[in-house]
Amino acid sequence: MNLSYSVEYEKFREEVRQFLAENWTEADRAATPDADGVGAMTGSALRTDDRATDFRRKAIARGYMYRHIPKRYGGGEQPADPLKATILADEFRRARAPFEIMGQGPSMLAPTLVEHGTEAQKQQFIEGTLLGRIRWCQGYSEPNAGSDLASLRTRGVLEGDHWVVNGQKIWTSNAHEADWMFALIRTEPDAPKHDGITYMLIDMKTPGITVRPLRQLTGEADFNEVFLENVRVPKDSIVGERGRGWYVSRSTLKNERALIGNATFARRTFDGVQMMAQLTEVRGAPLLEDPVFRDKLVELEGHLLAAEYNGYRLLTAGGRGEDPGLPSIVTKLHTTTLGYHISKLAMDMMSDRGCLAPGEQNAPAAGMFGTAYMWYYGMALGGGAPNIQRNVISERGLGLPRDPRR
Amino acid sequence: MDFGLSEDQLLLKDTIHRWLDAECPTTRVRAVMESDDGHDVGLWKGLAELGVTSLGVPAEHGGAGLDLLDVALAAEALGWNCTPGPFLGNQMAVTALVESGNDAQAKRWLPAVASGDAVLTFALGEGLGEHDVAKLATRADGGKLTGEKPLVPYAQIADAIVVAAHDGDGPGLWLVERGAPGATFTALSGIDMTRRLAMARFDGTPASKLCAGSQAIGRARDAGLTLLAFDCYGGAARCLDMTVQYAKTREQFGHVIGEFQGVKHQLADLATDLAPSQSLCWYTAHAFDHIRDKAERHAAIAKAHMTDIFDRVTRYAIELHGGIGFTWEYDLQLWWRRAVFDRAFLGEARYHRARAADLAGW
Repeated sequence: MNLSYSVEYEKFREEVRQFLAENWTEADRAATPDADGVGAMTGSALRTDDRATDFRRKAIARGYMYRHIPKRYGGGEQPADPLKATILADEFRRARAPFEIMGQGPSMLAPTLVEHGTEAQKQQFIEGTLLGRIRWCQGYSEPNAGSDLASLRTRGVLEGDHWVVNGQKIWTSNAHEADWMFALIRTEPDAPKHDGITYMLIDMKTPGITVRPLRQLTGEADFNEVFLENVRVPKDSIVGERGRGWYVSRSTLKNERALIGNATFARRTFDGVQMMAQLTEVRGAPLLEDPVFRDKLVELEGHLLAAEYNGYRLLTAGGRGEDPGLPSIVTKLHTTTLGYHISKLAMDMMSDRGCLAPGEQNAPAAGMFGTAYMWYYGMALGGGAPNIQRNVISERGLGLPRDPRR
Repeated sequence: MDFGLSEDQLLLKDTIHRWLDAECPTTRVRAVMESDDGHDVGLWKGLAELGVTSLGVPAEHGGAGLDLLDVALAAEALGWNCTPGPFLGNQMAVTALVESGNDAQAKRWLPAVASGDAVLTFALGEGLGEHDVAKLATRADGGKLTGEKPLVPYAQIADAIVVAAHDGDGPGLWLVERGAPGATFTALSGIDMTRRLAMARFDGTPASKLCAGSQAIGRARDAGLTLLAFDCYGGAARCLDMTVQYAKTREQFGHVIGEFQGVKHQLADLATDLAPSQSLCWYTAHAFDHIRDKAERHAAIAKAHMTDIFDRVTRYAIELHGGIGFTWEYDLQLWWRRAVFDRAFLGEARYHRARAADLAGW
């Protein structure tokens, strides 16, 4: 066990600070939407304009971003190191500078292409994806393939040098703004259900694609239904072998972002709550002085620290080539449940103003905690509903038998 | 960067687990529970031969000179096994002696502790839940100690008690030897019978001053909190394991109950909190020796966090077993008792969370 912030790390932090001071100025900060207050945490992450892209290129060249992606494909290419990753996240947040683009393209597609893509696919897609220039949506779920994803029915039939794709996807985040979709398509109808699926890259401008927004609980429409009707996809647009798409999509992301990242959003929400509790007076006193609130906040911090150190553990286990088992399997349910509890505390923190909608200026932090609170419902469902997670935890993690009715 | 146990640490854990499996089954645990003093000298000597009592003793005093993490891995194994005995108070006293910087007393006691020939214990709390060093009422005057410590682990069998008290110069630590005049101990009836407690009264009892200041007291407390957290992890992991095994074999409605999602999901929820908590424990123990500025706050958070988890796991373990889980003869109740001790001793979760909030400067 060795975690000390040795001289090496302090030096690294200094280098990062210096880089930020030289490359992301006060003027840049002022030009970022939501530059003031708590909104600054997300404002800069969303910027993909030329100035932000130029900055990201420099940061990537220094190895400060996308550390798990090789340099030749536009990544930072550094050995996994959660301490350095933590320092980078801290310092970029403090400087309110653009950091890694959030979204399924950089977090899911890019590492998948690194592992399974052809050289041409890597060259064509990875760098643009990392810079936010190529935006992706994920075409996995279907109306009748949710928790039982592998029963998906959208079909692809090879005709000459094109796949002809027909079917419907649902819960497709950001499909209305995406340039491309990475999708799971059934290409081998006679194979067992997991073995008949192919991982395909589909240009959203292809004729036959219709995107219809799906308004969710938050009132916004971040998801869509995507209808595919005789969509012609070039034959070489598949990732990995034909019929192996299920396994390509499941390939573990052995990178620090995927591991640490699980607690990152919960940490951001927690730090925001702590900061707001200092500034927010409820019935005449700062909330952070309230003993019940303090108790609850530290209780949640216990879970948060456990999640963060568990991330360190998974990374070490990965480096040693060990399968950590339960500590890995429980991560998603643990962090999304935690995020819900942290954001619920934030809602309570606003007392009667907790009933105000996100964006309402009379709500503390313009209601951004309301957004987090709503979002954790969605995050708990994304990638497998909590009860599916519990099945996986109890069967794969604890060795309990499958329910014979499933 | 490396956040995992070393080969030596894995071997240490495995060795203690295997030894306890063989030497201290629950029949022996129950026999010790039902004994007068709750201390099995043979068991303690066996642990000493295995090296458990020397782990945290510095090498210059005949110990292995390892970190608190290594000691804590032993605590986890004892928790898994529900092993009775004076381990906790003994290690707190060892930490206090080491941190006191009192070389003469360390030389006198620590080699005997390492070999298992002497057992020490530690006396901190007073009144109802008072652990704040500044508020302790026990006084030392001219080498004589007067005061009352209501919850001292194994005070009656200990060869010496390290006591937190005050004199004219402020707080400090004193050492009271077995048989010192004016010291009386009253055995208390505890819910957990694997860790015995006594009320200790000192009335002009001769005591040697180990050190002045509150630093060593705080370190001993933090070591104790950390060891309790690991005891919780070991105990909770065992209860979860017992319940999973039970769910795989118990049949109702023509199926093993482990097939039912109602059962599986409760067990999954327990595992979801328990598995990541082990990393919090590791970090806390590692911080004790290597990240000093985070040690105190982490010990407070980990104690509160782990006692919550142990409480919850024992509750659901009993619930999932059904009626048999509520019987005296079924072993689950041993860990349930242990969870009650871990939760209360050295202060409840709320107290430590309040400290953690203060320590953060909130």
